[in-house]
Amino acid sequence: MSILIYILYFFCAMLIPGVISITKAKLSGRKGPGLLQPIYDIVRLLRKGSVYSTTTSYIFQYAPTVNFAAALVALAFIPLDDIPGMLHFQGDFVFFAYLLGLGKFLLILNAMDTGSGFEGMGANREALYSMLAEPAFFIVMGSLALLSGHSSFVDIFGQFQETTQYSILLGFLGAYILGQVAMVENSRLPVDDPRTHLELTMVHEVMVLDNSGYDFGIIMATNGLKFGIYAGLLSNLMVPDWFPIGLRIGFALIVSLLFGVMVGLLESFRARNKMARNPQFILTLSAVSLLFFFTIMIIANRI
Amino acid sequence: MTNQLVLLGSMVLSPLLFLLRGQMRYWGAMVLHLAAIVASSGIALSVFNGHNWALDTGIYLLGVPIRLEMDALGAFYVMVINLTMLTGSWYSGGYLKPYEATKTALELSLHRFVYFWLHLAMLIVVMVPQGTPFLFAWELMTLAAFVLVAFEWEKPESVHAAVNYLVQMHVGFIFILIGFLLIQQQGGTFSFSGIAQTKMPVQAFLMLFVGFAFKAGFMPLHTWLPHAHPAAPSHVSGVMSGVIIKMGIYGILRSLIYLPKEHWMSLGTVVLIVSIISGVMGVIYAIMQHDIKKLLAYHSIENIGIIGIGIGLGMIGYALGHPVLASLAFAGGILHILNHSLFKSLLFYSAGSVYQQTHTRYVEKLGGLIKKMPYSAFLFLLGALAICGLPPFNGFISEFLIYYGSFTHIGAGDMNEALILLGVILSLALIGGLAIFCFTKVFSIVFLGSSRSDSTEHAHEVTLGMLLPQFLIGVVILAIGLFPGFFVYYVEKVSQLYLPDTSLPVAYLNTLSYIGTASGIFILLFVVLALLRNLQQRRVEVAFGPTWGCGYTGADPARHQYTATSFADNFVQLAEPILGVETHYTPFAETEIFPKTHHFDRHQHDPLEEILVDKPGMALLHYLRLSAVFQSGKLQHYLWYGLVFLIVVGIMSLLNLL
Repeated sequence: MSILIYILYFFCAMLIPGVISITKAKLSGRKGPGLLQPIYDIVRLLRKGSVYSTTTSYIFQYAPTVNFAAALVALAFIPLDDIPGMLHFQGDFVFFAYLLGLGKFLLILNAMDTGSGFEGMGANREALYSMLAEPAFFIVMGSLALLSGHSSFVDIFGQFQETTQYSILLGFLGAYILGQVAMVENSRLPVDDPRTHLELTMVHEVMVLDNSGYDFGIIMATNGLKFGIYAGLLSNLMVPDWFPIGLRIGFALIVSLLFGVMVGLLESFRARNKMARNPQFILTLSAVSLLFFFTIMIIANRI
Repeated sequence: MTNQLVLLGSMVLSPLLFLLRGQMRYWGAMVLHLAAIVASSGIALSVFNGHNWALDTGIYLLGVPIRLEMDALGAFYVMVINLTMLTGSWYSGGYLKPYEATKTALELSLHRFVYFWLHLAMLIVVMVPQGTPFLFAWELMTLAAFVLVAFEWEKPESVHAAVNYLVQMHVGFIFILIGFLLIQQQGGTFSFSGIAQTKMPVQAFLMLFVGFAFKAGFMPLHTWLPHAHPAAPSHVSGVMSGVIIKMGIYGILRSLIYLPKEHWMSLGTVVLIVSIISGVMGVIYAIMQHDIKKLLAYHSIENIGIIGIGIGLGMIGYALGHPVLASLAFAGGILHILNHSLFKSLLFYSAGSVYQQTHTRYVEKLGGLIKKMPYSAFLFLLGALAICGLPPFNGFISEFLIYYGSFTHIGAGDMNEALILLGVILSLALIGGLAIFCFTKVFSIVFLGSSRSDSTEHAHEVTLGMLLPQFLIGVVILAIGLFPGFFVYYVEKVSQLYLPDTSLPVAYLNTLSYIGTASGIFILLFVVLALLRNLQQRRVEVAFGPTWGCGYTGADPARHQYTATSFADNFVQLAEPILGVETHYTPFAETEIFPKTHHFDRHQHDPLEEILVDKPGMALLHYLRLSAVFQSGKLQHYLWYGLVFLIVVGIMSLLNLL
């Protein structure tokens, strides 16, 4: 069963980038690529040769692979309500968050290895933003641990709905926060704009300017996987626990689809923040998650 | 019995180091270190296996018989000390080689001799429970470290750092002494165990805590640390940061054993708050440093904070009636002592290798060293990943234990408890994020990109003798990450000194083995993917070219790559109010179409040091200078003082005042 869940999320992860680009194309009146175009792109890149900068070292060669492996393992932690993921233990979300941190660490080094000022800029911004976004994730997980009395993904998501009749409300609120965290972690609007053509205003895109061929392919795949991971977390927060397994899988698919559409909508109608406003924006997220924490304390009769 | 004889023998034979010459000194010192390591580790292992060990030496010190004892805490510390001293003395062979030409034979022999005695002093510190011999051993350790820091005494900053260290340690020593005297005055014996009997345990513990906090480098008593670590040779800074500052933690842990449990709530809160401040502020200041060893020194403060968070949370958890939380937090804090001694010494050794090859610690002058020193770069990266608490390395395990306790108990109590635990979780998350920011900065600036000055020109990889001890540390770092259960088993024996009737439930220990498994899966997956990648690379065309300059090819890309200052800049803009940053630059004039040469200079000074050390120090100096008016340097005046003294004494005795 856990393997099925993994395949489900992997499938969602591969589709979301396509959904996003279709949504954006339709909204801007273009015909747009097919749903599977991002996958074709990745496969094409995996077969291509590479060009390496002579400034780079072995870090540059293996950092994308570490990042990819980290995302693959992280995805194995995501449960579906009370069906556990392939890996699960008490406190697994700490391991999950730190594993993604490891991937990010190496990706930052990957960018700095090229010795390019532009990539340094992107790496530096990425380091700051992910540092600022980290507390929000931990506060949300801490709140849910407080509410459910458990400390692993599967126990928390499997049990928190039984603890209170407000669980739907809380689920959506938590999903909102984690959705915003996902936007920061995946370098999407309003923190970063993947459409931008100016290196000076990029965050993620500029970090991987020098990666080509196979490495660039797995970087794209990692981006997709991260969407899958967060879509999985969102579906867990919102899926009603009386759903049978089939409905749950359908629900997760719909959530992933909607997540993609939402990202597409957001990116079509919203402009990117000014760079200097980004830290403030991300810190606001932590503040909102603190509100989430206090709401849960009130509901759980701790205040 | 043989263990004791070997230890005694190494002590007696240590002066022979002065007779040896050249590399023989190194081998002689290694033999002594190994003898001490084997002997003391043998005792420690038997203590871990449940045997009691105590030895009456029959020697009296100021009328107090010296009795050596070792419990689980002592045994744990013996292992930590030995591991770090082993790698430190091993590494020093290559590191000190260039000094053979510049230093006299006496200086080098003295250095090795004192290094060995530092080792012995630390071993003695963790073996003596009574106050008097403890203070003697403590002082011996401080003095040994002072001599080692002042190794390059021809440099003024080394002397300054060493004297600064010596003075601050003695201020700390006074606090410890007052603590012991307080215990004795109020009904206890002049020893740690007296805390249990004294009528003022809280005051006594606080005195000892302040005294030991000087050694440990808790903020705001840390100001000696960022000076002493860079000034000392790297094998000394590795040991200083790896174990000497942990001896402060040892003192706190030792006093805590005897502290009555009814005070654990209030004092635990004190420890926790001080630790959170040290942890967060330590890493914030670290980001600002451009001297690689100074940066690492600030990270030591951060890690002392993490250890303290574990201890403080353990005390609070016990007081609140959650023995499992207490057990996890203590285990996390104590394991972090070992972990930090590993990765911090590794970082100092590899930073020392960089210093040896480039003769600079200023990161803005480095860059691109990964090509010239691939192994050192790899080892530094390993240490950096471990210190950031990332899996599959050891730093993650100790931080995880604290997180784990917090998350499992966040819903178990009332609002205050939940807030304390959320505070712990948040500060750990913040420290982790900031550490990643800091170590991506320092690793990329030193090892990646291209060189920023000609100081890297003649750099090449250091000798195998310097690399091997670092690889040894790397293996242990990975072993703790992959088999945490084994190490936590021993750590738990230490934490049971504090929580005698609690052991971690099996479910919690299983979690640790799952972490090991998950880490193993991750490593395996990475290896498979890397092999796949290599396969793919062999089948396709691979080309090389310059870094993409976004269309601009006019200048060398190295000239516009990121520097440490620019990397830290966006963080500085956020945290400026607490940083004490000074920026000097000439802005561009509006009419300046063709840019002229401009200067930009930014440096950071520790605001706490300014408030707590510099300003009071200057004020004190001011008043002392006023009193110096008597020191005129004229013989006539001094004769006058004698005469006046005699007259005053005479008058006073006439008036029967004396």
